[in-house]
Amino acid sequence: MKFGILVNEGPYQHQAADTALNFTKAALQKGHEIERVFFYHDGVNNGTRLTTPPQDDRNIVKLWGELAKEHDLDLVVCVAAAQRRGIVDQDEAKRHGKNADNIADGFRISGLGQLIEMGIKSDRLMVFGD
Amino acid sequence: MLHTINKSPFEKNSLGTCLRLAKPGSDILLIEDGVYSVIKGSAMESKVREATKEHTVYALGPDLKARGIEENRLIEGVKVVGYDGFVELAADNDRVQSWL
Amino acid sequence: MGNGAKKFMYVNRRAPYGTIYALEGLEVVLIGAAFDQDVSMAFVDDGVFQLKKGQDTGESNMKNFSPTYHALGDYEVTKLYVDRESLGERGLSQDDLMELTYEDEDDDYKEKPSIRIVDRKELMKLMEEQDVILNF
Repeated sequence: MKFGILVNEGPYQHQAADTALNFTKAALQKGHEIERVFFYHDGVNNGTRLTTPPQDDRNIVKLWGELAKEHDLDLVVCVAAAQRRGIVDQDEAKRHGKNADNIADGFRISGLGQLIEMGIKSDRLMVFGD
Repeated sequence: MLHTINKSPFEKNSLGTCLRLAKPGSDILLIEDGVYSVIKGSAMESKVREATKEHTVYALGPDLKARGIEENRLIEGVKVVGYDGFVELAADNDRVQSWL
Repeated sequence: MGNGAKKFMYVNRRAPYGTIYALEGLEVVLIGAAFDQDVSMAFVDDGVFQLKKGQDTGESNMKNFSPTYHALGDYEVTKLYVDRESLGERGLSQDDLMELTYEDEDDDYKEKPSIRIVDRKELMKLMEEQDVILNF
């Protein structure tokens, strides 16, 4: 079965990102497919590589990246939500005249259409938010 | 349908709205702060007990554990599942609705 | 709408302005309209406040996005279900809501209301008919 995962909150502030991560891992372990993980609202903050949690805590951004690498997951950060909150890749930084980018490894920035497409292509769409 | 609720019922009435709009026979899974709904002796007990008659009510074990809620404190009839059980519930139901 | 169209329902349970969920939720609906799916919106709990008429953000310096709801009809988003109980609980009635309409192309482009106030049983049934439910 194909799952679409929507993450609507940033890491740490809410448990939503942890729950989404644990659900995604469990689904993969049971042999399901993950169509895509889409990050919206403050969820885009899951995709900044500047995150530096204390050493004794989990690094959620890194955990997403590692899971994506291992299972070839498509991690998509919504461009409109990302722009509001200062999450940019190299292209976006250039386009808007910013002197830095901060997108984390394993993530890409794209449009909201990717969320709708995920809803169409998935058998189940899971929403994790606050 | 699988309904998930992640709010403490003492903070926001997501469980109440879910119970009002869920078709009888639904699966209801309490996750995150939603697990505070299923403690025996709480003000929610009669409502949750009532819900277990119409629906199947589950609570996510890892979230109960994280919050120090032992299984012997749960309202009778509430089932405990792990993340693999969460995935099974999502796969076995035709659709999922998360009451945020 | 093609045969392969899925039924999408956007469930709005939050008030506007206090948080960004309503505004960004509306952005999803507008983008989603281009995908030719069977779309509806439900307004439950504080979500009914999104449709309150007379919103004016002039003095609070926020973006007033309430006019966007009037554009939904042009995007063929014509099914807006409002939960009767949520409305009543908040001291509101239909007269307090914006008048949202669409032109029905199957009925000589007659202007029809997009908002329908529904009771619990009807909303329950509508939710059970969906393929995808997105909650904001």
